[in-house]
Amino acid sequence: MRFDRIQNCFAKCQAETRTALGIFITAGDPNPAISEELLLGLPDAGADFVELGMPFSDPMADGPVIQAASLRAIKAGMTSGGVLQLAARFRARHADVPLILMGYYNPIYVYGVERFLTDAHKAGVDGLIIVDLPPEEDAELCLPAQQAGLDFIRLITPTTDAARLPKTIDNASGFIYYVSITGITGTASASTGSISQAVTRIRQASTLPVVVGFGIKTPEDVRAVGQHADGVVIGSAIVSIIGEGGDANAARAQVKQLATATAKEA
Amino acid sequence: MSQHKPNTFRAGPDAEGRFGIHGGRFVAETLMPLILKLEEAWKQAKTDADFIAEMDFYRKHYIGRPSPLFFARRITAHFGGARLYFKRDELNHTGAHKINNVLGQALLAKRMGKTKIIAETGAGQHGVATATACALFDMECDVFMGAEDVMRQKPNVDRMRLLGAQVHSVTSGTGTLKDAMNEALRFWVTHADSHFYIIGTAAGPHPYPAMVRDFQTIIGNEAKAQILEAEGRLPDAIVACIGGGSNAIGLFHPFLDDESVAIYGVEAAGRGIDSGAHAASLNGGRPGVLHGNRTYLLQNDDGQIQDAYSISAGLDYPGIGPEHAWLHESGRVNYVSATDQQALDAFALCSRLEGIIPALEPAHALGFIGTMIGDMDKEQIVIMNLCGRGDKDLEAVLPILEKQNKLSGKLL
Repeated sequence: MRFDRIQNCFAKCQAETRTALGIFITAGDPNPAISEELLLGLPDAGADFVELGMPFSDPMADGPVIQAASLRAIKAGMTSGGVLQLAARFRARHADVPLILMGYYNPIYVYGVERFLTDAHKAGVDGLIIVDLPPEEDAELCLPAQQAGLDFIRLITPTTDAARLPKTIDNASGFIYYVSITGITGTASASTGSISQAVTRIRQASTLPVVVGFGIKTPEDVRAVGQHADGVVIGSAIVSIIGEGGDANAARAQVKQLATATAKEA
Repeated sequence: MSQHKPNTFRAGPDAEGRFGIHGGRFVAETLMPLILKLEEAWKQAKTDADFIAEMDFYRKHYIGRPSPLFFARRITAHFGGARLYFKRDELNHTGAHKINNVLGQALLAKRMGKTKIIAETGAGQHGVATATACALFDMECDVFMGAEDVMRQKPNVDRMRLLGAQVHSVTSGTGTLKDAMNEALRFWVTHADSHFYIIGTAAGPHPYPAMVRDFQTIIGNEAKAQILEAEGRLPDAIVACIGGGSNAIGLFHPFLDDESVAIYGVEAAGRGIDSGAHAASLNGGRPGVLHGNRTYLLQNDDGQIQDAYSISAGLDYPGIGPEHAWLHESGRVNYVSATDQQALDAFALCSRLEGIIPALEPAHALGFIGTMIGDMDKEQIVIMNLCGRGDKDLEAVLPILEKQNKLSGKLL
C-alpha cells in the first residue's frame, strides 16, 4: 500500500488530540514568488495540510476574496502547469504534509484529464477537491483520479439530505469536506450547533475524517468547530491578507495564530 | 465532423442530461438536490393537463400567441431569391421570445411553491420578461446584470425597476453576462431553500437546456403549421441567431427530423472571427465546462474563459447551449456567423423595407440571410426567427448608422 499522507496526518492529529488545521491559498497569488514563499512556509507556521487553489476565471462557488485572488493569479501568469510545478516544489520541501488541489473542472478538462492526473501524481499531490463535479459526474474525474492514486475529496453541504448522503459518500476518499453554509466562501458562518449535527450525521454514514470549511475565520472558530470535526479549513481569512497587500510573513503570522487554537478540549 | 446519422435528432438529452458528450450537471453539491427536484417537477408538469391548460391560457391571452408568420415581400424582392418569411416573435408581450420560457418557468415555480425568483440578463430582455412574470404572479424578483450591460441597456434596467425587480449591477470578473450568471449562481447557492432560478437560455445544468427548449418549441411548432397553411409545404431553410441559443432551438427542434429543411444558426462574429473580438463559441471556441454544462466555450489554452464581444448584448456570451454543440458535431445544423457590420446593415434594411425595427440579435440572422438568399431559387422558402424588436438598441445603433450615412430619412 502506498504511503498515505492524508491518513497519517489525521491519525497523528487524533493521537495528539488536535484539530487538523488546513490552510487554503490560491496558487500564484499575488504573484508566483510571494505565493511560493507563502506556500512553502505554511507547514512551519502550523498548517497540518494544505489546499492549493487552482485559479479559474469564473469561480462560481467563491466569494469576493477568492474571486479576486484567482484573477490576480491569472493576471500574474499562473497556469495549470504552473500550479503543478508549485506543488512539486512544495513536495520537495515537505515530504509528509498532505497537499490537495482545489478548484474547478474546466482547467483540468482542457489540460487533459489523464495527463493532469499523471502530472499531479508525479508532483506529489495527494487529492483533489473539484467544486463543480457532484457524484452524478463521477466518471469525469473522480474515478480516474482514484485509479491514478489520488484521493477525490467529496463536498457535503447543508442541502445534502439523508436520502442523498449515501450517494455522496459512495466514491469519497481521503476525507469528507463539509461545507458548513449554503453559500459561497468567505461570507457567512454557520452556528456550531448546526455543524455539530451535520458532522454527527456524516460520521454515521462514513468512517473518513470530517473536515469543515466555509465561514471559518478566527482562532475562536477553529476551537469551536474543532470540538466536532477532525479538521478545519481556513481560506478567505488568509487570502484576504494577501489581497490587502500583506506579504507572506503577515499571512504566516495569521496561520500561527490559528494554530494556537487546535487543541481539543478533553 | 459528420458521424453516422441517428434515427432522430429529437430524442436528447439522455437520462444524465447529455446531448452526445455535451450538457450534464456540473454544479456544486449545494445545488444538486435543487436541480434534481426541478427535474422531477418538470417531468410531472409537462404532461399534466392543468399545467398545459394554464400555459395555453397565458400564451394566448398574455403573450399574444400565436405570433404571425409574415411574408417579407420587399426584402424578398430586394435580394431577388427565395421567399423570406419572418416568424414574428418580436410581437410577443415584452418584445422578444424570452417570455415564452419565463412564463413556463414562473408557472413551474408557482407549482413548486416558490415565490422568490432569480434571473441573469445580458441585453435585459430576459430580465424584463422575468420581472414581468414576477409582477403578474406576485413574486419577488432579483435580476443580475453585468455593470457594463447596465450602462448600455438603460431602458431595460428602468423597465425592470418599474416592474418591481431588484436589479443587481455585477462588477465582479469582467462585468458582463457570464459574470452576471456567476453572481446569480452564487446568490442561488446562498438562498438555495427559498429561491427558484429562471435561466434565460437553453443552457446550464440539466434539466434547464431541455426545459427551456421545450418552452421555446412553441415557435417552431407554430411556424411549421403556419408555413404549411401559407405555402402548402415545408420551408427549404430556417435561420435563427444564436447567443445561448434558446430562440434558435425553439425554431429548429420541430424541424430537426425534416431532412429537406436546411438549418442555419447564426453566431455573432463581432469584428470578425479572425479578429478575436467575437461571440462565436462554435466557430471560434472549443469544448469545456462552465455554468453547469459541457459545451463549446471561448477560452484560452489554459481553460480560462475569455470575454465574448458583439455589438449585440444578447449574443455576447462565451458559451452556447449544449444541444447546439451536439447538433454542430452531428452535422445536422450549419453554424455560421454574421459580423457587427452585417447586423447593422440588416437592422437598417429591415426597418426601411418592412417597417419592422428588429433587435440587433435577429439582425445577425438577417445579415447572414443576405449573403445566401439571393442565390436561392425564387420558388424556395426561408423562415427567419425575428425573435426580438429593436427599440432597446436605438441608442447604440443610431450614432453608428448616422456616422456611416446609412440613416435614409432626413431631419428637416
